[in-house]
Formats: sequence, structure tokens, C-alpha cells
Amino acid sequence: MKAHLTRRYWFSASHRLHCDGMSTEENRAVYGKCNNPHGHGHNYAVEVTVSGPVDAKTGMVCNLVDLDQFVNEKIVERFGHENLNTLPEFSGLVPTTENLCIEVFNILQKDFRFAEVEKVRIEETMLNSFEYAGGKEIRN
Amino acid sequence: MVYLTRKAEFSASHYYHNPEFTPEENQRIFGKCNNPNGHGHNYTLEVTVKGQVDSRSGFVVDLKELKDIMNREVIEALDHRFLNKEVPEFGKLMPTTENLAINIWNRLTPKLKVAALHRIRVYETPDLFVDYYGEA
Repeated sequence: MKAHLTRRYWFSASHRLHCDGMSTEENRAVYGKCNNPHGHGHNYAVEVTVSGPVDAKTGMVCNLVDLDQFVNEKIVERFGHENLNTLPEFSGLVPTTENLCIEVFNILQKDFRFAEVEKVRIEETMLNSFEYAGGKEIRN
Repeated sequence: MVYLTRKAEFSASHYYHNPEFTPEENQRIFGKCNNPNGHGHNYTLEVTVKGQVDSRSGFVVDLKELKDIMNREVIEALDHRFLNKEVPEFGKLMPTTENLAINIWNRLTPKLKVAALHRIRVYETPDLFVDYYGEA
């Protein structure tokens, strides 16, 4: 029987929303305060949803130890306490939470082998959240 | 189609141990969850049903009826229980959150008449939850 398992993680990082292809005025108009040249930070909450058949012997979709280890190594340590604009993933890509969500999903989908990666949901603040399922429709 | 979700809470204890595994395997796979005296959680259950809005009542489902079914079929059976020892289905089956969600689905789905069950979500902690949609 197929079940979906979701685990929440956190990391803090800074970013600045700025598009080189736009004029100073356009950047200011589009991104507002988020365009402040020195950047600003968030406590990001990342929800990772994986799915698969529930193993008859362990009762699990996947071992949480494996999921925690992967996410901590590849995502929390990668992005935590960094300025996202300085990372190669965001050279030429504005580090909006939309793009961060896609990036995190792609990291998981590329290398996580213990279950199927269904969705990544990121809360940028308590008021904003973003979801990406590799282009698939999201079932709630 | 309108979806309606009702929450409930229950507290229960469990541990993970598969007698087919060696003690070392049990320890390696289940870690602290293998402690034979068990440990507990405050579980939050979300039951989502779906259906058409009745033209006279304006309801997808009578909430009181849904609440009564959830209390009778799930909460009374699981709340303040040691799942491995007091809930027969978990005599051999690991009482993981995955299996708990499936078990709750199986308890509720035959009892719901008006609306159809859409999703069972079980939070083991605020940072970990499982969704089950009745998929084989």
C-alpha cells in the first residue's frame, strides 16, 4: 500500500532579489524591499514529501535516518547560514523561494534513492509558502 | 466536489521490533524506537472527506456524525493505548505512522455513508506526518 511521508526541516539563509536583466528602477519596482543591496534573511522551513509502498517488514516508506541524513547533508548544510546569491546554483538565477523550491526538489530527485520524491514545500515566512512537485499537479 | 477536514488528537505508545530480524538488525533499523518498553507520542489525526454539498442542509457531511464515527472507531480504540499490545492489528504489524494511517483508513472507510474518505493524515510529531489516500 502506497503512503506519503512528510518531514519538516529548517535552515536560515540570506538572499537578495535582483535581476541583472532589469534596470535599477525595474528591480526596485518588482522586488521592493527584497531588492535592498545588502540582502536580508529568513528562517526557511522545508517540508519534504516522499512516497512508496509501505515495507511489510519495517512498516516504513523509507527509514527516517536515511531521509534525515540526505536532507541534512545535501540541503540543510548546503544552504544553511549562506547568502544564497553567492552560491553557484543561483548564479544567473534569482534566489526567490520559487527557485529555491525547484532547486531543493531537483537535488532530492537526482540522488535520493530510498523512496520516490513527491513534493517540496518551503515556508519562507509564516505567511508565504511555495510548493513544487517536479511540474506535476499537487494533490492535497 | 467539496473537501472537509476534521481533526482529532490521541496519545499512544509504541515500539518497533520485528521478530524476524536479529537483535542487531532491529537496533540498526529502528534505533531508539526499538526500546522494548516503548515510548509515546501525541498524535494528531486529520480526516478529509469529499462529496457534493447537500442542497437542503448545505453540508458535505454531518460533522457531528463524522465526529462520532471518528471517536467510536479510532479514538476509543487507540487513545491511551500501547499500540503493540492493546490493538490487535499491531500484534505483528509495525505500528509505524505509515501503518497507523492505513489502519485508520480501514477503520473509517466502511463506516462513512454520505461522504467518501479522501485522505488520512497522521502527525506523529509536528515535524513528521503521513498521508494515505487508500492507494493499493
